Amino acid sequence: MNIIIAGCGKVGHVLTAQLSQEEDNDICIIDTDEAIVRRMVSSYDVMGITGNCASYNTLAEAGIEEADLLIAVTESDELNLLCCVVAKKTGKCQTIARVRNPIYSQEQDFLLKELGLSMIINPDLMAARAISQLLCFPNALSIDAFSKGHAEMLRFRIREGSLLDQMAVKDIPFRLIDDLLICAVERNNEVIIPSGDFVLQTADVVSLISSRQTAVEFFKRIQVKTGRVKNAMLIGGGRISLYLADMLLKLGISVKIIESNPRRCEELSVLLPDAVIVNGDGSDEDLLYEERIGKMDSFVALTNFDEENILLSLFAKKKVKSKVITKINRLQLNEVIHNLDLDSVVYPRYLTSEKILQYVRATQNSLDSNIETLYRMFDDRVEALEFNIQKESKITGVPLEQLNLRKNLLVCSIIRDNRMITPSGQDVILPGDTIIVVTTVLGLKDARDILAP
Amino acid sequence: MNISIIRYILGSVLKFEAALMLLPCLVAVIYRESSGFSFVITILLCLAFGFLLSHRRPSSTVFYMKEGFLSVSLSWILLSIFGALPFLISGEIPAVEDALFEAVSGFTTTGSSILTDVEALTHCILFWRSFTHWIGGMGILVFILAVLPMAGGHRMYLMKAESPGPSVEKLVPRVRETAMILYGIYTAMTLLQIILLVVGKMPVFDAFCISFGAAGTGGFGIKNDSMAGYAPHLQVIVTVFMILFGVNFNIYYLILCRKFRQAFRSEELKAYLGIIGASILIMTWNIRSFFPTLGEALRHAAFQVGSIITTTGYATTDFDLWPQLSKTLLLILMFTGACAGSTGGGIKVSRLLIMAKTVKKELFSFAHPRGIKKIKMDGHPVAHETVRAVNIFLIAYMLITAFSVLLISLDDYSFTTNFSAVAATLNNIGPGLDQVGPVENFHLFSPFSKCVLIFDMLAGRLELFPLLILFAPSTWRRN
Repeated sequence: MNIIIAGCGKVGHVLTAQLSQEEDNDICIIDTDEAIVRRMVSSYDVMGITGNCASYNTLAEAGIEEADLLIAVTESDELNLLCCVVAKKTGKCQTIARVRNPIYSQEQDFLLKELGLSMIINPDLMAARAISQLLCFPNALSIDAFSKGHAEMLRFRIREGSLLDQMAVKDIPFRLIDDLLICAVERNNEVIIPSGDFVLQTADVVSLISSRQTAVEFFKRIQVKTGRVKNAMLIGGGRISLYLADMLLKLGISVKIIESNPRRCEELSVLLPDAVIVNGDGSDEDLLYEERIGKMDSFVALTNFDEENILLSLFAKKKVKSKVITKINRLQLNEVIHNLDLDSVVYPRYLTSEKILQYVRATQNSLDSNIETLYRMFDDRVEALEFNIQKESKITGVPLEQLNLRKNLLVCSIIRDNRMITPSGQDVILPGDTIIVVTTVLGLKDARDILAP
Repeated sequence: MNISIIRYILGSVLKFEAALMLLPCLVAVIYRESSGFSFVITILLCLAFGFLLSHRRPSSTVFYMKEGFLSVSLSWILLSIFGALPFLISGEIPAVEDALFEAVSGFTTTGSSILTDVEALTHCILFWRSFTHWIGGMGILVFILAVLPMAGGHRMYLMKAESPGPSVEKLVPRVRETAMILYGIYTAMTLLQIILLVVGKMPVFDAFCISFGAAGTGGFGIKNDSMAGYAPHLQVIVTVFMILFGVNFNIYYLILCRKFRQAFRSEELKAYLGIIGASILIMTWNIRSFFPTLGEALRHAAFQVGSIITTTGYATTDFDLWPQLSKTLLLILMFTGACAGSTGGGIKVSRLLIMAKTVKKELFSFAHPRGIKKIKMDGHPVAHETVRAVNIFLIAYMLITAFSVLLISLDDYSFTTNFSAVAATLNNIGPGLDQVGPVENFHLFSPFSKCVLIFDMLAGRLELFPLLILFAPSTWRRN
C-alpha cells in the first residue's frame, strides 16, 4: 500500500514507525522542516520530501498519483483539510485528516461528505472519550471497546491481598465467574498470553475480555468496589478538558476545572455553565487543598506539560478516593512511566495512531473478513483485533481445538447475534460472527491469519 | 557498538563473494584452464569464513550510522583481501602487495595495474579482474540490500556509506526496492553494451570484459594497449557507454517512469554534458596535428575525455605524448569526476556545482553584507548540512592528496608521476601521466607506495569518510 504521511509531529512519527514495520507499505513522509525529514528518513525505511503538503507540486513529488492513502497530521487543521482536498482532486487515494478545532468537529459529517474525506480524527475528542470511560469504570487501567460495546477489554492491576493472587487462570470460571477470559498478563515488563495453568500474582497487570455486566459482577466478587465516580477535578482547561467536562456533566458527574489563564476561564464558564471553573495554578498545593482535593473521587491531569501531569498525579494518588488519570502527550520514556504506578495513563498520540492503523489494516485486507477494531497494548507488544467474518473459509465451521492456531494467539471471544461467547475448544466460528483475537504476532490483516503459516 | 550486526554483514559479504566467483570458474571450465582451481579454493575459504561469521544471527539488528559506515569499509577491505587470493594462489601475480593492489584496483573501479604484460594472464583471471569492476561499480552492499531481506529501517546507512555523491536520494520508499531498481538498470545497460559490442564483431570474451570495465567505470584492459587495438566503431560504442555510466542513475529511473521534464531539468546532468562537450572541442583542436583527419582527432579526444571524466581509464592512444594543454585538461577532469549516484569516482560534478555556487554566494555577500541567499540545486534549496559536508569533503580530499604525494615521493620519481599516480588512484581512474601513463603501469612503485595507493583507491571509492572513521579513536571507544 502506498501511503503518504503529511506532517511528522508526534502522531506522524508514531504512524511512520508503526506503518513502516509492515513490509508491504511504501511510505512517503512530507514535512516543512528539513532536519526532521532527514532524521526520519535515516531511522525508518521511508522516503522523505521537504515542502508544504498542501502544494500540488510537493504532493506530486511524493507520488500522490500512485498513492492509496494520505494521512494529514500537521499542526494546523486548515492545512490538513486543504492537503486532503488537493490530494483528493489529483489522486484516487483515500484521505484521513486530523482536525482538532471543536468548531470543525461539529461539522464533521459535512466535511466528510462534501470534501470527500474518508476519516476525520480528533485526538482530543478521542482522549476525552477514553478518559470518561475510565471515570465510569474506575477499576480499570484502560478500557477498549469491541463490537460496538458488546464486549470490552479491561486492564487492571492485581492489588495486594486480592482473591486473584495465586489463582490459576483455569480456576476462574469455577471459583468466580463464567464468560470471562484473561487474555494477557504483564509481569516484570514481560507480556504473557496465559494458558489455563498460568497462576496469577499480586502486581500483575491483567487484561480481560467480557461484557460490561460480567465485568461489574467479577469485580464485585473479587471485592473491589465498582461504580462510577461522582465528581472529578480537571487540571488544565484545554480542549480535552472541554470535551471531557461536557461528557461528564451529561453523565451527571460534577466537574471542577482549574485553569491558569483567566481569559480561558471565562470562555470555559460560558461554554460549561454547570462546571466549577477555578482560576489558578494547578500545581499550587494550597489551591488544591482549598478546592478540597481530599474529598474528590477522581483527578485528571491535563496540562500541556507531561512532567507536570506526572507529578500532579503522583501527588493526587494519595489524596483522591478512586481514580487518577494522567495525560501524556510527548514524553517517550515508557519504561519509567510504567514503573511509576500512575494508575491510568492516556496517550492521545497512540489513540490517534491506533485508529488510523485500524483503518489502514481494514482497507488492506481481502473481502471475506474485515478488521473492525484494533488496539495495541503494552507498548505495542500485543495487538487485540476484532474481525468480522463474512464468508465461509478455512477457519469457519471447524471446532477451535482442531484449528492449527498460531502460537501466542488467543481467540478470546465470539460475538454472535449481539451475544458474547467465551469460546471453548468445541466452539466453532460461523460466517456472520465477530471474533476477538489477542496476539503478540503483530500485523494480522485477515481472520485467516490466525492459523499458523 | 553493535558488533554482532557488523559480523553478520561481513559474513554475508563473503558468502556473496563466493557466489560471484562461480562466474570466473565457469570461464575456466570453458577455456579449460587450471587457474580455475584457485577460484575453487578461494570459494571454499570465503564460504568457510562467511559461515563462521554469519551462522549465528545478530543479537540485535539495531544499528546506527557508525555501524553502517564501519560495516561498509570493513566489507570492502575483506572483499579485496579475498578477491586477491585467486591472483596469489594461481601464481599469476606472485607478490602479496601486487595481488592486493590489483584486487583493490578492481573493486574500487580504478583500473590501475601493476602488470607489465596483461596478455600473459589466463582468461579466468582476466575475467575476474574485469568482473570485480562490475561488482564494485554499483557496490556490493547495495547488491546485498537488493537480495537479502534485512529487517529495520537503518539499512539506509549502508547505502549512504557506499553510494557516491553529496546526498543519497532514494528512488522509491523502500531501500530494498531502490537497490533492486539500481541493479536492474545497471545490468540492463551492461547487457546492452555487450550485445552491441558483439554485434560490432568484438570477440565475445573481450566484449564481456570491456563492458564490465566500462559499466563499473573501472578500466582494466585485457590487452597491453588497452583499447587502441579495437576497430574505431567499437571505440565509439565504448565512449558512449562510458559517458552513460557516468550519469546519475536516478535520471534513468526518471526516464523509465516517463518523467522526462524532471530528468532533463537536472543541473548536474547539464553541467556534466557541458564539461564533456567543451573539453572534447578544446582537445580536438589542440591535438589536430597528431592525427591525419579531424574526425580521428575528435574520436580520440572524445574517448579520452569520456574515459577520464567518468574515471574509467581506458585509452585508445598514448595521451602522455599530447600537448600540455590537453594533458592538463585531462588531469583536471580526473578530479572533476562523474555525476553523483553513478558508478564513477572523483569529486563529482554535483559537489563542484555546489562549491561554485557557494563562491558565487560569497561574492554576493560582499556587495550585500546583510543579504541572505540560499543555495539551490534543481530548484530545491540545498541543506546547510550538505554544503558543509561538501566543503569538508574537499578539504579532506586535498589533505589526503597532498599527504599521499608526499609519502610516495620517497620513491624519487618525477613530480608528474607522483601527483598523477595519486590523482589516478584517489579518483579511481587508472592511468596517470609520465611514468604511470596509459602505456605504462604501477609496477615501478615500492611496496610501501603501493600500500599508500591502495588506501587512496579505497578512500576514493568510499568517498573518504567511511574509511577515515576507521582511524578515529571515537569509533573504537566503547561508549
